[in-house]
Amino acid sequence: MRLETRKLLDRAFSGTGVIAIGVMALALVVILAPIIGKGTGAFVFRSTIEHRKVMFDQWGRGTPERVEADKAPAAAARQPVYDMLAAFAAELDEMPRADRRPYKTPVRDLEKALEELFGPAPGQRTPVLIRQQYGATRWDRTKIKLGELLFTEQWDYSNPDALGVLVKTPRSEQFKETSLEPLFDYVDENIEAIMRPRLTFYWQFLFDTSKDSHIFGGIGPEVLGTLYLTLGAMIFAIPMGVIAAIYLCEYAREGRVVSFLRICISTLAGVPSIVFGLFGLAFFLNTIHISDSKSVLAGSLTLSLLILPTVIRASEEAILAVPKAYKEAALSLGAGRWHTVLTVILPAALPGILTGVVISMGRAAGETAPIIFTAAVSVGRPLLPMQTLSQPTPALPWNIYNLCTEHEAVDEIRHVQYGMVFTLVALVLLLNVFAIVMRARISKKLRG
Amino acid sequence: MNAEIKMKQATRFAGQKENVLSRRAHVKAEDFSVFYGNFEAVKQVRCEFAEGLVTSMIGPSGCGKSTLLRAINRMNDLIPSCRAGGTMTFDGEDIYRKDIDVVSLRMRVGMVFQKPNVFPKSIYDNIAYGPRLQGISNRNQLDGIVESSLKQAAIWDEVKDRLNTNALGMSGGQQQRLCLARALAVKPEILLMDEPTSALDPKATAKIEDLIGQLRGQYTIIIVTHNMQQAARVSDLTAFMYEGTLVEFGETRQIFTRPQQKQTEDYITGRFG
Repeated sequence: MRLETRKLLDRAFSGTGVIAIGVMALALVVILAPIIGKGTGAFVFRSTIEHRKVMFDQWGRGTPERVEADKAPAAAARQPVYDMLAAFAAELDEMPRADRRPYKTPVRDLEKALEELFGPAPGQRTPVLIRQQYGATRWDRTKIKLGELLFTEQWDYSNPDALGVLVKTPRSEQFKETSLEPLFDYVDENIEAIMRPRLTFYWQFLFDTSKDSHIFGGIGPEVLGTLYLTLGAMIFAIPMGVIAAIYLCEYAREGRVVSFLRICISTLAGVPSIVFGLFGLAFFLNTIHISDSKSVLAGSLTLSLLILPTVIRASEEAILAVPKAYKEAALSLGAGRWHTVLTVILPAALPGILTGVVISMGRAAGETAPIIFTAAVSVGRPLLPMQTLSQPTPALPWNIYNLCTEHEAVDEIRHVQYGMVFTLVALVLLLNVFAIVMRARISKKLRG
Repeated sequence: MNAEIKMKQATRFAGQKENVLSRRAHVKAEDFSVFYGNFEAVKQVRCEFAEGLVTSMIGPSGCGKSTLLRAINRMNDLIPSCRAGGTMTFDGEDIYRKDIDVVSLRMRVGMVFQKPNVFPKSIYDNIAYGPRLQGISNRNQLDGIVESSLKQAAIWDEVKDRLNTNALGMSGGQQQRLCLARALAVKPEILLMDEPTSALDPKATAKIEDLIGQLRGQYTIIIVTHNMQQAARVSDLTAFMYEGTLVEFGETRQIFTRPQQKQTEDYITGRFG
């Protein structure tokens, strides 16, 4: 081959490599940027007076005096709105019946839009659902709700050849030349005084339970549930996996049985996770009745089966990578097989085993399918360690899916969804960093 | 220093008067064979390794000398397809008997390998590994063993200030002497050395050879080597193996000066191998 061709091939090869890595990095940025950007929005955001009310009423945060001092100016700023409504009601009473009718629906819609923004009007009966007891708690939601108050939305399907067009018309047009007309300008101009936005660091998002299925509050039970499940899976998978790997490498005689076992392990690694979930349901819950309902225990066991092949494979490779000389040295000094494994082979293989453990830990924390049938529920309280044996738990991966697809107010809780994804990613990353640091320390100790 | 050692070795070699063949046999192979599957790597070897002397085994690569050496502490058990035939006795006891305790056999038969294989632990822990296996956990007692073993291997002065540093930080020659000290710490009766200097430079090699000279008499030493000068320098007896059979076995001086067999002569003079 000519030198030129060889050079060209080399360059093409390394170029392809660089491009592949670049594409990967770009994909990572594209994924991570919104997760981080919007995810932090669950923790740091501009909260309105309604958020502070929720915090005080539901979690007892803040002193009554300060909350009252916060509430009073907002209530004062809102009073003109309610006054205008009352004035309009009086105006309506004086109108002839026929003139009154066209206002009936617009007024109801307006009151509804106001309630979503401000919460229930003073003097109104307290609604049963917590979500209806408060207005918009976040400034970003406030602006959306304000838009809904100021404008009505209608779809224009008049052109049959095109898609429908969204037409926004100012709501004030519905109340032209009535005492309600200035209401819209008033709310628009005084929205800051009415809602009192303030930058808040809501770190308790990580620990709070959720109120009214995630409309308010945090993701404490989910985080705890994920930790329980991951830890549980590790407790079962690491000893089993490492011991299995030791058996395969050090004890088993190479033969058909061992080859068959290895094929089984490889196959197990490729089984779709939903199948593991079904297995967990069929075996742990329906056959051996490990708990009466779904439980963290059943979920952990299912997850541990899912990651077992990875742990075995990584441990096996790590053990095989230990120089044979170490083993010979130990044996020649009169160490038994078991002792050799414990004092020489395992310490030297530890960094490699740890890598496998980290990879599977990330996987266990993020797997959804295996826990749907065995451990996860949408809403729950944080569990005590003993309760994990018998009770199900909410968990981040399942709740991310659940909140994004099946929640009745999907659009209201975008920040919670992003917050959960952010937390899950951060959690896995943190576990990885922890393990990498540990791995580096052990490697350094081994290298001397 | 090198020259001094050589001189010492040479004088000993020349001044040997004692009839080395009359010593008591410590290890004895009788029609001993080792098979890898169907391949007979060691063919019905008959020989005696005398107590307290240094025996070297020479021969071209693949002649079975390492296999024979590793048969003495049953390191060949690690290879699944490997089995032994005939008898190999140690202090009159057949070490391939079914009920023999391999672990206690290996405690009595120390081994130094071709490449220094120190554990990735501290120097202290390397030496203390064997004694700890025997159940010694008293710190003072361990300290004593570590010091005496390191002194025996003539490495104490170099490492006494850094016993707790990782052994992998030492030079190759130091590591090999540490391996020797580690083997001595178990207080074996026999020392097997499988080409102990093949990975070392001449200076480190000279140190190891010097050590072998010092340990002679206290231990029965069997050393496999490719270096014929080394065999001539350090050993009392020499065995020449070729294609699995023991071709010639006798006093080192006799083997190197008046070999009985044509093959031995050819090998020693470098005509093959």
